[in-house]
Amino acid sequence: MSVTTVTPVEPSIAGVGDYIELMKPRVMSLVVFTAFVGLVIAPGHLHPVIGLTALICIAVGAGAAGALNMWYDADIDALMARTAARPIPGGRLAPGEALAFGLTLAVGSVVVLGLLVNLIAAALLAGTIAFYVIIYTMWLKRRTPLNIVIGGAAGALPPIIGWAAATESVAIEPILLFLIIFCWTPPHFWALSLYRAEDYARAGVPMLPVVAGEAETRRRILLYTLFLAPLGVAPWLLGYAGALYGVVALAAGAALIALALRVRAEQRGHAASKQMFAFSILYLFLLFAMLLVDRMSAGLIGHLPA
Amino acid sequence: MRLGGMTIMNEAMTEAKNEAKNEAKNEHEPKPATGIKLTERQQRARRARSIAIAVSLGVLVVLFYIVTLVKGPAVLVRPL
Repeated sequence: MSVTTVTPVEPSIAGVGDYIELMKPRVMSLVVFTAFVGLVIAPGHLHPVIGLTALICIAVGAGAAGALNMWYDADIDALMARTAARPIPGGRLAPGEALAFGLTLAVGSVVVLGLLVNLIAAALLAGTIAFYVIIYTMWLKRRTPLNIVIGGAAGALPPIIGWAAATESVAIEPILLFLIIFCWTPPHFWALSLYRAEDYARAGVPMLPVVAGEAETRRRILLYTLFLAPLGVAPWLLGYAGALYGVVALAAGAALIALALRVRAEQRGHAASKQMFAFSILYLFLLFAMLLVDRMSAGLIGHLPA
Repeated sequence: MRLGGMTIMNEAMTEAKNEAKNEAKNEHEPKPATGIKLTERQQRARRARSIAIAVSLGVLVVLFYIVTLVKGPAVLVRPL
């Protein structure tokens, strides 16, 4: 006869702030911003309430993916200085609570988006959450240095979801925005991993600097940046955005390449990598903000009396 | 021997009756608190979580109501 010991469940001390932290609000803000741009540049008219509903659902879906990521990665988060204070390794939230919270938000956001906006956007959101949690978090992250190259697709999908929410379809323009974010993700995260390599090594995450060394990582950051900068200008070259966007994309792309060259040349310390990481966020923000400005100014000019 | 056995049986029956009486009496008395007792911090956290859930559900209800007004009666008609 076996005796089962039942451990009493300690009542939760998790506050609302811990649940918000579980949703990775900084990542969520970038997701919402890029989805918003996809939604605004889409042709046709979308009622503001429907647009707001779509953005809320996309934000909650992104939060769900973040919560499920933190649930699965709690063991390695505890080993890294950058993530050790997160709610689960910090002991403020039980893994089961995070799992239940993430699943509830994931199902809720997809169902509400499907019911109130449209099924194509809902299917894309479901695919994005599944890709981030299953393909990136559970499969790739601990197995291959290509984790963020392939996994970056999840973070690149929000402009397509925004576009689909507005048009019930997918077109070349949002796919171009997808490609920009997709190519932006590796140099952005590799710049971070250069000065967090010890953390990743301790946790056993095969990030590029851990597996291939710093020199190879710096070389690949430059290669991806050389590919990203022209891609950033493509919406202007293809006629999807105006000259103002083109000028900003050219200038920001040149600055990013200059930084990548500095990262490549850096022999000691990680000052250039830190600058590259910070500037890459500004770069993406600038591109998408200029798309917004471009579309809004075009709308204003269209409403001017002849 | 028989008398001795009867005495033991009588005593046992009296004891059982007394126990039943005591149990009936105890039902009307307040029982001491059992189970998990929340600390002040746990109570505050639970209250905050409950309020957040209530607000979220309220927002969801309002959202559904407004979208129903915006989309009209065909709110759930969505051909693929």
